[in-house]
Order: sequence, then structure tokens, then C-alpha cells
Amino acid sequence: MNNVFVYCEIEGTKVQEVSQELLTKGRKLANELGVELHAIVAGTGIKGAVEDQILPYGVDKLFVFDGEALFPYTSAPHTEILVNLFKEEKPQICLMGATVIGRDLGPRVSSSLTSGLTADCTQLEIGSYDDKKSGNHYDNLLYQIRPAFGGNIVATIVNPDHRPQMATVRSGVMQKAVYEGESRKEVVYPEVGKYVSDAAYVVKVLSRQVEEAKHNLKGAPIVVAGGYGVGSKEGFDLLFKLAKELHGEVGGSRAAVDAGWLDHDRQIGQTGVTVHPKVYIACGISGQIQHIAGMQDSGIIISVNSDPDAPINKIADYVIVGTVEDVVPKMIKYYKQNSK
Amino acid sequence: MKLKIIVLAKQVPDTRNVGKDAMTAEGTVNRSALPAIFNPEDLNALEQALRLKEQNPGSTVGLLTMGPPRAAEIIRQGLYRGADTGWLLTDRLFAGADTLATSYALATAIKKIGGADVIIGGRQAIDGDTAQVGPQVAQKLGLSQVTYAEEIEKCEDGKLTIRRHIDGGVEMVEAPMPIVITVNGSAAPCRPCNAKLVMKYKRATVPMERTEGMEYAGLYDERPYLTLNEWSVADIDGDPQQCGLSGSPTKVKAVKNIVFQAKECKRISGCDCDIECMMKELLDEKIIG
Repeated sequence: MNNVFVYCEIEGTKVQEVSQELLTKGRKLANELGVELHAIVAGTGIKGAVEDQILPYGVDKLFVFDGEALFPYTSAPHTEILVNLFKEEKPQICLMGATVIGRDLGPRVSSSLTSGLTADCTQLEIGSYDDKKSGNHYDNLLYQIRPAFGGNIVATIVNPDHRPQMATVRSGVMQKAVYEGESRKEVVYPEVGKYVSDAAYVVKVLSRQVEEAKHNLKGAPIVVAGGYGVGSKEGFDLLFKLAKELHGEVGGSRAAVDAGWLDHDRQIGQTGVTVHPKVYIACGISGQIQHIAGMQDSGIIISVNSDPDAPINKIADYVIVGTVEDVVPKMIKYYKQNSK
Repeated sequence: MKLKIIVLAKQVPDTRNVGKDAMTAEGTVNRSALPAIFNPEDLNALEQALRLKEQNPGSTVGLLTMGPPRAAEIIRQGLYRGADTGWLLTDRLFAGADTLATSYALATAIKKIGGADVIIGGRQAIDGDTAQVGPQVAQKLGLSQVTYAEEIEKCEDGKLTIRRHIDGGVEMVEAPMPIVITVNGSAAPCRPCNAKLVMKYKRATVPMERTEGMEYAGLYDERPYLTLNEWSVADIDGDPQQCGLSGSPTKVKAVKNIVFQAKECKRISGCDCDIECMMKELLDEKIIG
């Protein structure tokens, strides 16, 4: 009872990274609350294939639902698994990825259980809350923190009276780490038929085409990112050259993606990928808040911008005033000259 | 097959133009301080609904929206593009709703309307970006759902074949009606307003929008189609406890505006010596290597 649950998403038998990131976060929350971390995974032919991808992240108990037609994901069977399991287990917190699946499943589960759900959280913390209207005081609530309103404000949301407190988090926002402490690592295989009715399998997946990401922007230690100031698709060739020299990856702002200079899956920001590289080189990026939200935790930020007052310069460690086409080739040149 | 189609649509503040007075002290949105627009993905949904209507003669499309009286504009915008009717849920009791209370109100209204074969809306609204209301309406009505839809490719034997935009690819699914569908922004854009329909419906209003002695007041008796449906909590036999702020499990604890803290930074010019210095520094400190 009262534990922290993480719903683990899979592609075939591969557990998605966002779920492992949430397990790491869930472990921290469970430790703070003095409760256990439980994980749920549902799919077809996953028994024996997924446990080792989940347990190392500090899981005390893992529920594996292995049955026909649980993969590819459809809404109703997975909803029934969670709703019926939660009626037995009564978790206090449930986390899932803010992916296509998590954003399909989360609201359906929250509506069934009449519990609150906050989408796309960027921070999760434990804290207290005083309800001014009722005068009630609450301890150990989950603070669900997220940008709202097009990124113009940051709101802290709480669910004082309803359980579980549910939140979705985008991929890359939290960081995964194998847990070094002790956890129970119990695994159970409940009978799917006890949780899912036959009527749930009404939506049929006829076909699907899914490609693995072509790059590793999210995990790259060095990111070279371009904005509207790069000026052209050819300008981005320079950024790819610099990234290649530095063994990094190229990303960009929404403006650059909308201009057609860069693939959509390389967009960095609240509605794209969140990155935490050691070095972030922002080329011709002015620094809209939605973009900053996706890169502000980078180690060293270098801004190359012809505008000395670009907003991004406020969070930069180095500001180089100049154009991308002038500065980037010099960076390549002097990197080559000075590295062995 | 004649279909009854309901489009869920929302009037949203244009979040690209947010000013200081946009939030109230309670942390909810002060909508009156912002320009209001038709939520973009709801327009994608309306287009799919209108296509379905054209492919299935005799079908009807109605828009269901919730908001202040001025949100009747959403219904007019739908009528201008070929919808047949609409309902505005407007009542102080609906105010301050989170996604769960919103979906309760919409689902209750849909029951009052008598249900539908297809209930379709945008994936998410730009003021909240939550994508929760569609699935929550589906759950409350006990219907199946298909989210992130890009196109309804086929409608046959009571089943729809739908192409979805999923993480890293596309998926084709087959789902029986009645169903709730949410449409992704990558779907076909909505058709423009039809000039004839604009002429026909431009004076269409809900009663709360009307003022005493307004022009064209006489028209409303003559042309009943100019009176749009306006429903309160009582009109849909709703439970006030499950509506608005009181029906919302999530509470806003705090809201803060975003202010960047200026870091200490090194400002350098684009000249060769400065850049060489910086690259050396980064290499020496093993920041790059």
C-alpha cells in the first residue's frame, strides 16, 4: 500500500529509456517517503526478457503482465491492468512517460480512478501544502512542476485528496542511473485474464512502422545547436562539421526546424528533446523560454550570436559576438590545431 | 451509413501573446486579458469530421465547446465551415475546471445530446498542452479511443481505419464505432470558411451574447437557426460537485513567472586570438577533448 509505481513502456522486449529515467526518479521519491518502488510492465512474450532492464533501477517489486495482444499497445487492456491493479495496491504516486503511450494511457487511468494527473512535468518533488479554502494541511505531497501557458510560467500542481497522484514526464528530463542501494527485486507474473476483460481488445493494430532514432542527441556529451540565426541549410553543414570534430550531435531550435533546415526529431526544447550535455554550443539561437527549458541544465553553455543582448547570453558561460559563418570555422580550426 | 459526429473544440488564449495580467491570483488563467482563437488541433479534428460527413451522406456534425458566452464564436466558426449545429456549455459552475472536471462536463453533455458515433477533438489545446481531455471523455462514456490520429482512412461496416502518428513512426488501427478520436497537428489543415455560410450564420448567437436593443434582434424570431444552444450545468443534468473547481482533483499550489538569473560569463569577440584562447581553455580543462 502507498508505494510509488512506475509504468514501464516497451517496444517489443526493449524497455524504453524514459521508463528507466522514471524508475531512478521514483526510487528517490520512494526513499524520501520511506516506501517501496514498484514497477509494471505489460507486453507479449516479455517474461524473462525485460526483468533485467527494470530491476537494477532500485525496484522492490515488479509486476510483469505477459499475454496475447498486450503488444502493440492499445488503450483499453493496459488501462484495465493499471486500474484493477491500483484498486488492489492503492499506490500514492504513479509515474509514466509523456510519450504517445503515456499520454494515451495516463488520462484514461486517472479518469477511471478520479485521480489527478499532471502532464509533461519537468520536476517532481515532495513537499507540504496548505489548502487555504478548507484550512487543511497536507504533508508529503508530490509537487508536479511544469511550464504552462506556452512556457511563460512555471506552475506547481498538487493533488491533495485523490490517489494515486499521477504525473507524466518527457523523455530525457530525468536522468537514469543504476541504483546502488539495496532493493527487494521481487518479480510476480499475475494472470492477465484476471485483470483484463475480453471486451477490452476492441481496437486492432493492423500495421506499424517504427524506426529507431537515427542519432543520439539526448545522450550526446557535446551538442552543437543552431537557430534561425544560422540562416540556411548550408549553414547547418558547418554545425555538423563542428559536431563531428567534437564527437557531438547537432540539434536546433523550433525556428530552425520550422524553416526546414533540420529534421524534426532534432528539435531541442519543451516540445522536443531535452538535453543535458557537458557542453552546449548555441549558434544563432536567441533563447526563447521553450528552447531554454530543453537545455538549461547543460554544463558549459557557449553562445555564438551577432546580437550581444540575445536572451540566451544571460545563461551562457561564454558569449562570442559574431556570425555563425565567421566563428564556427575558427572553432573547428583551433580545435584541430590544439587537440592531439 | 449516416453518422452522428460531435467535434470537441475549445476557444483558447493565444499563448504566443501572453501579457502580465494573464494569470489570476489563484493561479488560473485570466482569459479575458488575452486574444482568443480556435484551438489549432481542434481545427484539424473539424476537418476530419467534415470529410467523414461528406463521405457518408446524411451525416451531421455538431460542435461541443465549453467556455464563457464569447466562446460561441467556436460554434460559428464551425458553422461557417460546414457543421450543422453546436452546443456551448456556459455556467459559472463550470469555471476553474481541470481536465477531469472538463471531461465530466463534456461527457455529461454528450449523454444529454444522445451520444454519437464519432466524437473527435484535437489532441491537445495550446493553453494546457495536456492531451488529457479526449481520453478522459472516452473513459467516462465507456468508449474506446484512438489518440494522435492523422487521418481517418476508411469507414466501413461500423468500423474506422485510422492512421496514427506515434513515437518514431506510424500505426494503422481498426476500431469499432462509437469511438473517441483525438487528432494530431500533423493531420490535414482545416478548410477555410465558406462565404455563403458566413452570410447565413454571422448573426448566430447564444442568448447570453445578446444585449437589449441590439440590432437585428428581430431576426431571431424569424430564423430559429440563428439561436445557438446554450447549456448550463442544470441543462445537462450535471452534478455541480463534479464540475469546475470543486470537481478538480488537481490544485495549483504556486505559479511563478520565469526570470533568468544572469550567470557570470566571459564575453569575447569573434577574432581569431579570442577563439583560439577559448578552445585552448576548454581543452586544457578537459571540457572537450
